[in-house]
Amino acid sequence: MKTLFRDGPPLGFRLTALLLASLLLMTLDHRYERLEPVRSVLSVVVYPLRYLVHLPATLADWSSESLVTRRSLTDENHRLRRQNLLLKTRSQRYAALEAENLRLRELLESSVELGDRVLAADVVAMELGSPTREMLLNKGSRHGVYRGQPIIDGHGVVGQVVHVNPISSTALLITDSSHALPVQVVRSGVRAVATGTGAGDALDLAYVAPNADVKPGDLIVTSGMDGRFPAGYPVGAVGEVALDPNEPFARIRAQTSAKLGQIREVLLVWTTEPKDGRGTPRAERVVQR
Amino acid sequence: MSAPGADGVLIIAATLFLALFLAVLPLPEWATAWRPAWVAMVLVYWCMTLPERVGVGTGWLIGLLLDALHGTPLGQSAAALAIAAYVTAKNYRRLRLFPVVQQALWVGLMISVNALLTWWVRGIRGLEADPGYYWLPVLTSMLLWPWVFLVLSEARRRYAAPAP
Repeated sequence: MKTLFRDGPPLGFRLTALLLASLLLMTLDHRYERLEPVRSVLSVVVYPLRYLVHLPATLADWSSESLVTRRSLTDENHRLRRQNLLLKTRSQRYAALEAENLRLRELLESSVELGDRVLAADVVAMELGSPTREMLLNKGSRHGVYRGQPIIDGHGVVGQVVHVNPISSTALLITDSSHALPVQVVRSGVRAVATGTGAGDALDLAYVAPNADVKPGDLIVTSGMDGRFPAGYPVGAVGEVALDPNEPFARIRAQTSAKLGQIREVLLVWTTEPKDGRGTPRAERVVQR
Repeated sequence: MSAPGADGVLIIAATLFLALFLAVLPLPEWATAWRPAWVAMVLVYWCMTLPERVGVGTGWLIGLLLDALHGTPLGQSAAALAIAAYVTAKNYRRLRLFPVVQQALWVGLMISVNALLTWWVRGIRGLEADPGYYWLPVLTSMLLWPWVFLVLSEARRRYAAPAP
């Protein structure tokens, strides 16, 4: 700011102009969502800052990986090998089940979800303020990330991408108070909408009738009704259930399966569109990994 | 007043950058609500001491960056910081003479502008949040102001223009 302005109209004029500009920006941003390019440029500008903020955690990670004894490495290796064996056996069974499922679905002439393609991304920053729950990922449109893309981790659904720029992307967590996710209770098939509470790892299950068959401990998964999240990914487990017949809907709390406060790595999911119900491709069904 | 050199710009930019850094530094969950409004504090300081260099435009641009960092609608913090910069730059002569406690009250008032605007915008967008989230930063910023003032004065004395 080289201009030497004194008290008087210029300052007030400038303020008025900038306030009008802010108003315009906010309206465009919120109402029409026209500002994605601007936001993506600004995000690239502030990315070094975010990276810098995350640097201590990155260094701690690196040192804990490179400064360990041979003993603990071999221990971990053993443990992972055992786990791998266990998972392999399980996935063999899963493959057989999936083949059977496919066959049965073919008999029923219904469309199927194919395997999903995934990409691992690192969490660069977390914003766990009381109203907003967002995280910054180190993968952007350069890697094919798109707006609205589902994000999962090893335990369950994490959130979805809301802003993308070439080198990074911002994701809204399912616990954000503005996030809603259609879900289904596995045991009884009851459908609900899981809305974020903005606190801890808690979700609210909305629009469940007071006489619905929902019990504490029930597993809830994505129902795929939104056409955005693939069906069948675990979301969480039902916690408290307050069934009051006088209320129009039951009050149900759930806990996310993903430990949202402590994730370091997530998976971005590309859902392979199921072909139209009638013309289901039969021969070229491939489960990608 | 001697003509401030380019290094004055440097220290202003450095402190504002540091404030942005502190604004996104991850804190434990219980502490996030108490995070002081670092950017607003640093901005008010520079508007008070060097109103001919840091003003409404700087406040607005920094606010835009803050919006990009926090994912708030673009223009929200920008408007709040522009207003804070305007009122501070208008009253800089009086503010410099205030004792530090009175200055802290002023800073609290400036950050309340931000809190109020955030509250309104969130209300218009139909989002609710814990009121403490808006008003706790006002409290912590006021309590921290004397130290921020000391550190920034020292930085200015060392690296930028001599005392105005």
